[in-house]
Amino acid sequence: MSMTATAVPPGKFWDTEPHHHEEGASTSLGFWIYLMSDCLMFAVLFAVYGVLGANYAAGPGPKDLFDLNLIALNTAMLLFSSITFGFAMLAMGRGDQRGTLRWLAVTLFFGLCFLAIEIYEFRHLIHLGAGPHRSGFLSAFFALVGTHGLHVAFGSIWLVTLMVQITQKGLIAANRRRMACLSMFWHFLDVIWIGVFTFVYLLGMI
Amino acid sequence: MSAEHAHPHDDHSDQDHGSHASYLKGFVLSVILTAIPFGLVMAGGFENRTLTALLVMGFAIAQILVHMVFFLHMNGRQEQGWTLLSTIFTVIVVVIMLAGSLWVMYHLNTNMMPQMNHDLQGFGS
Repeated sequence: MSMTATAVPPGKFWDTEPHHHEEGASTSLGFWIYLMSDCLMFAVLFAVYGVLGANYAAGPGPKDLFDLNLIALNTAMLLFSSITFGFAMLAMGRGDQRGTLRWLAVTLFFGLCFLAIEIYEFRHLIHLGAGPHRSGFLSAFFALVGTHGLHVAFGSIWLVTLMVQITQKGLIAANRRRMACLSMFWHFLDVIWIGVFTFVYLLGMI
Repeated sequence: MSAEHAHPHDDHSDQDHGSHASYLKGFVLSVILTAIPFGLVMAGGFENRTLTALLVMGFAIAQILVHMVFFLHMNGRQEQGWTLLSTIFTVIVVVIMLAGSLWVMYHLNTNMMPQMNHDLQGFGS
């Protein structure tokens, strides 16, 4: 009869014990999903810029304000920091702690250069009277570019924290995991910057 | 799983960290894909502004793909494809959000404009 089926222990059909997951095995996927949610936030800011980007309120427009040489320099800084972070990851893969720290320091230097140039640009714009309060275009501009800059600033703080942790604990599994996450975060910011320099600066100057 | 047994020291062995050569290749490609649109716009662009804009956007999309492949090491195998799947989902939502916002707001602007102009003319005279 069908009653015989119930006598078979359920373990034959499905797992009754929880799976064993290695610690941190799903961290990189979870962090990636966080980055995707961050991507949605940037998409909203891009959409706001797309909608308000032409509302100059009789104030200055992109062609009056932006200096592409400065933006090219800024882009170069972020690109350099991306490849030096890649070299830090490769040094970590070899188990080379000093190399990792050295490349992280170079990455931090380029990240701070990027921030310095961006702060200089913002100061310059505000000095010209083109602050975020001037027009819808400038509000959207400062919101989008400022949010990206804020991400780079927090990434730099994280970078310093990680350098201290690696100095103290070495390249242990937890630090490798943190490096993998920060690597994703840093390269992701570079991808967002491609969108920023294309849609805000280059398309604004055409 | 088999990859993890092969490299017991690497707790993220299913993730490809790439090689020196692949990072350099990605870097050179990004530099080229950045330099061309910057040079194009700085030189004044083509007569046809739409063509210039489309080209610049094309280079941006190409560079984003280069970054995803060479720097973020994206492929269909990572995390059994969940990384790629979540990315595709995000891209779809982003496209709907951007295209939808621009579309709706463009029509709102074009439909509101005559009314606004009428009002402004009324105030001005």
